[in-house]
Amino acid sequence: MVKFNRFTLDNGLRVIVHEDNTTPMAVLNILYDVGARDENPEQTGFAHLFEHLMFGGSVNIPSYDEPLQRVGGENNAFTSNDITNYYITLPSANIETAFWLESDRMLSLAFSEKSLEVQRNVVIEEFKQRYLNQPYGDVWLKLRPLVYKQHSYRWATIGKTIKHIEDARIEDVKAFFKKHYTPQNAIMVVGGDVKLEQVKQLAEKWFAPIPAGEKYLRNLPQEPEQHEERRETVTAKVPLNDVYIAFQMGARLDDDFYAVELLSDVLSRGNSSRLYRSLVQDRQIFSEVHAYITSSLDKGMFVLEGKPLENISIEQAEAALWDELEKVKSEEIPADELTKVQNKTESTMVFAEMSLLDKAMNLASFELLGDAEMLNQETSKYLEVTTGQIKEVANKIFRRDNSSTLVYLAEKTESALA
Amino acid sequence: MIDRKLAPDFKAIDNINLIRPEYKKLDNGCNVYCFNSGDQELVRIEWVFNNLRFDPAKPLLNMAVNTMLTEGTSTLTAAQIADKIDFYGAFLQVDYAYENSQVTLYSLNKHLPHTLPVVLDILTDSVFPEKELETFKRNQQQKLQVSLQKNDVVARRDFNKAIYGNTIYGLGATFDNYKSLQRDDLLAHFKQMYQPSNCTLIIAGKIEPDTLTLIKDTFDKSWTNGSIPANVSQPDIQPAKELFYFTEKPDALQSAIRIGLPVINRNHPDFQPLQVLNTVLGGYFGSRLMANIREDKGYTYGIGSGLGSFKQGGSFFIATEVGADVCKAAINEIEKEVNLLKTELVPNEELSLVRNFMLGSLLGSLENVFSHADKFKSIYFAGLDYDYYDRYALTVKNITSAKLKELANTYFNFDQFYKVIVGKY
Repeated sequence: MVKFNRFTLDNGLRVIVHEDNTTPMAVLNILYDVGARDENPEQTGFAHLFEHLMFGGSVNIPSYDEPLQRVGGENNAFTSNDITNYYITLPSANIETAFWLESDRMLSLAFSEKSLEVQRNVVIEEFKQRYLNQPYGDVWLKLRPLVYKQHSYRWATIGKTIKHIEDARIEDVKAFFKKHYTPQNAIMVVGGDVKLEQVKQLAEKWFAPIPAGEKYLRNLPQEPEQHEERRETVTAKVPLNDVYIAFQMGARLDDDFYAVELLSDVLSRGNSSRLYRSLVQDRQIFSEVHAYITSSLDKGMFVLEGKPLENISIEQAEAALWDELEKVKSEEIPADELTKVQNKTESTMVFAEMSLLDKAMNLASFELLGDAEMLNQETSKYLEVTTGQIKEVANKIFRRDNSSTLVYLAEKTESALA
Repeated sequence: MIDRKLAPDFKAIDNINLIRPEYKKLDNGCNVYCFNSGDQELVRIEWVFNNLRFDPAKPLLNMAVNTMLTEGTSTLTAAQIADKIDFYGAFLQVDYAYENSQVTLYSLNKHLPHTLPVVLDILTDSVFPEKELETFKRNQQQKLQVSLQKNDVVARRDFNKAIYGNTIYGLGATFDNYKSLQRDDLLAHFKQMYQPSNCTLIIAGKIEPDTLTLIKDTFDKSWTNGSIPANVSQPDIQPAKELFYFTEKPDALQSAIRIGLPVINRNHPDFQPLQVLNTVLGGYFGSRLMANIREDKGYTYGIGSGLGSFKQGGSFFIATEVGADVCKAAINEIEKEVNLLKTELVPNEELSLVRNFMLGSLLGSLENVFSHADKFKSIYFAGLDYDYYDRYALTVKNITSAKLKELANTYFNFDQFYKVIVGKY
């Protein structure tokens, strides 16, 4: 149970306060309701590049990191297809520094050309390090456009191509800031060794003077239902073959989300899960195999991935994955197996309460979904799922004409022996 | 109107309160340390064992035995072990490190009567079934094939081999190492290593009297020592003579760089001062290496430096992945930054920032009762006491720029650094 209070400033900024006096630290987390899905198809990777620029100095404060480190604080941020999230942890005695820094960059950035030029290079190196210079690193660059044809989830947060990042101009940066970085589009969570009244007063002082800006109304083309089997095979400089099968699934707020997530746990959570036990241990088809969902705010992906052993053909590997999918489609899973994944989810929620930062981020995410209080109702939603519902969602999702299969074939070169 | 150009007042960090454990010794020789705190009805229990002496002829035994502990006992299959643990929403992990291997159980208190017996079973009766061993060997070799395609992994392996030589710290596992694993060797290793006299039990969370009684009942009477005591001594480290290693990857978009040398460990009085120097150079986001090579030049997504401390020695290293075309330029900048520490005093402004950052980091690392137990582990296994942290805080608060310069001159001779590059140069 995560207790909290909340209030909204006149400019539309939503503020959530979670008092936790067991720590000498405080957290200030700001979620901006903007992600890669809000980008122009000709300027992809922009939300993420912008996240880097948020550290390049704001209108009144030339350096963001330096004053924070000076008061013993640390910060970081991440961008997803749906959101951009910034967080600070610092000794609670110095919480006002966090208000000062975050409010100034919500007010306005410095928009320095030098910062843009450097961060363009940094992001290009990030593109290379994480997506291009790694075996299988480009999987999301290939899989997303296979699964999505209309929706802006068809590109990854890093962007479609390095060219889009190279082309970013300072005018684009300014326009993006004006459109998305307003108090109305943000949710702030302050947690830890703080008091509600203190947070109210600091929020009024530092954030209330920021103009409300214009409300961004999202109107994205939604992805139509898939009715044909899709497939792509790439030959690449990778050491092993690799098979991905991705299915379209519902959105985060759909009623059957909880059943779908538990279905992915049944298939792949831990060493007692079906895919590991059947396909790694018993039948010896894969060296590793995984199933997971993307939990996207719009229509998401249910992904299966496995690296077949060297004596196994791609056809055998795919057939083995489908065997397991057919089982959950044709027979209800035993009640014990459902209880097992439910218990695991329940204890994971309890363990998550050990981390102040996790609590703050979760509160922000659920407030974005509609109500932070949903965090405290999550466990019961998982516990309500029935074996019948699991079978139902399996049949809904695991259809051949809802699948996108991506195969990596290892290019035969001399292997790099150590 | 508020003045937004003016930073709010701030306070320096004075007190850092560490929770110290309660100590008990079981009749079978196992040491038990308890950290009782927290509101959630759960515990983390760690069984930590010293690794056996490194055998160059059978280098993977410590790792393989630890990793395979959950693969079956004479009464439970791997699947049954996983089922029992998962059913109660618990988490059972095995972790192998250079000096210690451990088993960790995260469990809600109410389920301990069901989860603890599984741990007892794997600690006393693991059998390393032949079929699971073959699966392990094959899957590890497949994973190794993937890892060896990653430049940063190859650079780390080459670097460790150079500075730690033929020891557990320098080992980069080969395909043959995996192929030669034998079940009998694993069993013998297991019997000698996983016994109570070689175990430290660390419990953190909400520890009720019942919890403790249950743990004692389970892990005292039913767990006895074998006839051969664990040999946990380790061979000395012999660093390589060659300082420069370049592995060419013609298609690389980025080059992985790893630069550094063997240095003192945590037990030496210069270690904590050196931690401050390391932080200035590459130990935080605003460090000199990040400021220059990422934030000014844009050569990399990230660069950092660090200190490693082991029983047998320590190391200092700088690691990054940079655009293949700017590899030489990046190394020149690294050299410049290292040499600057030797010739110029760190300005007061910068040093005071680093002081506050390091103290804030220490405070922030104490998130919950598990973190307090982690702090204990760092000193306990290095043979140090809690005054280590008091000295750390004092060092960070009081160290001078002159002392930092002196340290740089003592420890940082760039020409003597080992340099590993994987990619293009």
